[in-house]
Amino acid sequence: MGESVAPALLVEGVAYAYPDSHQALYGVSLRIERGERVALLGPNGAGKTTLVLHLNGVLGGGAGSISVAGLTVAKPNLKEIRRRVGIVFQDPDDQLFMPTVHDDVAFGPANMGVRGAELEARVATALEAVGMTGYADRRPHHLSFGQRRRVAVATVLAMEPEILVLDEPSSNLDPASRRELADILSGLDVTLLMVTHDLPYALQLCERSVVLNDGVVVADGGTADLLADARLMAENRLELPYGFDPRSVRPPR
Amino acid sequence: MGAGGVHALYRAADTPVHRLPAEVKIAATLAYVLAVVLTPPQAFWAFAVHGAVLLALVALARIPPLLLLRRMSVEIPFVVFALLIPLLAGGQTVEVLGFELSQPGLVQAWNILAKATLGVGASALLATTTEVPDLLVGLQRLRVPPVFVSIISFMVRYADVIVAEAHRMRVARLSRGYNPRAIWEVKALASSVGVLFVRSYERGERVYLAMVSRGYDGAMPQLHPVGSARAGQWAGAMAAPAIAVIVMGAAWASL
Repeated sequence: MGESVAPALLVEGVAYAYPDSHQALYGVSLRIERGERVALLGPNGAGKTTLVLHLNGVLGGGAGSISVAGLTVAKPNLKEIRRRVGIVFQDPDDQLFMPTVHDDVAFGPANMGVRGAELEARVATALEAVGMTGYADRRPHHLSFGQRRRVAVATVLAMEPEILVLDEPSSNLDPASRRELADILSGLDVTLLMVTHDLPYALQLCERSVVLNDGVVVADGGTADLLADARLMAENRLELPYGFDPRSVRPPR
Repeated sequence: MGAGGVHALYRAADTPVHRLPAEVKIAATLAYVLAVVLTPPQAFWAFAVHGAVLLALVALARIPPLLLLRRMSVEIPFVVFALLIPLLAGGQTVEVLGFELSQPGLVQAWNILAKATLGVGASALLATTTEVPDLLVGLQRLRVPPVFVSIISFMVRYADVIVAEAHRMRVARLSRGYNPRAIWEVKALASSVGVLFVRSYERGERVYLAMVSRGYDGAMPQLHPVGSARAGQWAGAMAAPAIAVIVMGAAWASL
């Protein structure tokens, strides 16, 4: 199996029960090709976060297998897997734990062994990609929430991941910051998996959506088609904002 | 509260003291404080020289004296304690303004007062002229064990976050009409502290998850090269503690 033909992400029959025997995933299968942008939708408690934590091997040990760009998620590969899967967590205060923006963005690549001039170049490129050039020496606490979210994206971009995984990227953002982040995300040339409750955001950024409910994939298709399927939406506790008609907006690209 | 936190101690300026690398300043401060502490209290002239050295550095760093005095107010509990010693200690006594004061007690009080003042002054000088992230890099370059540097670094990073969280909880309590005025009314306060602890603990777990997800395997990466301070910078910064050490030696010799 050559790297060039392997999908960015291949999830096959993943099942998982937490140590308290609560079963969160019942055989999830998902295939994401390189360059695809996929929204992962579903109500609270559907297993979305559990699935995300499987992608980089933080959780595991249940049935099924996952591979990222052809590399199986397993103990000996974890370091490389964590470089390939960049997860941006929901609360930027959890993601940004170093004293300065620069050190935070450098943390990931430095753990991968990148040093010196190349490390500085990675940091500069990642900050530029999220429009935060010039903030390298700032402390996370002094940034606005939207800026912190963008730096959180940069910390992951600096690892040059195969797939960028975002957990609720638009939560707690004011409308302007939400739009700015969308502009940044749509300009990135990466494979994207976005966990979200913000359905218009999913429609704007992802041509494809996957609906997860009760630990199984219940729908997989074009975002506009899924959002227009009133029955599917109602069955999975997905709701569009008042007055929003997914057929009224032009999907991206 | 919140907005500044520990970072508010730094006062930006462009002076020779500000420009020195943090590790040099930390080492110099430590050496100076050690020399001061080891100086015998009976040698009053030595403390005058120590004080003059510190004041010269404060002037060189262009720190307003009033600001430094405010920073040094953390010393007040020690001052109170030191002032009580002559009243409480035994031994030979002298009469001052009608009070029977213990002579060894007076020397002890002077000892604590002088050394604490100089030590706090030196620390205040360091904190006022060095940014916190630089201090952390300095500790790392001085080969302080990485786990200690990480602990301090996390404390610095999350102190403001936790203070902000505590502030939100206080607003929530006040909004529901809870404003304890007596000690037996503080039950809700106690449970808030417990909740704050649990929340911080959970945040710790989430932070760890975020670290692991970016390849953390138990060792913090060395992001700043070791040993970048020039010999000249070391020599310049060590001048102050060198004077202090010489004075300390001379003080012992003169006893």
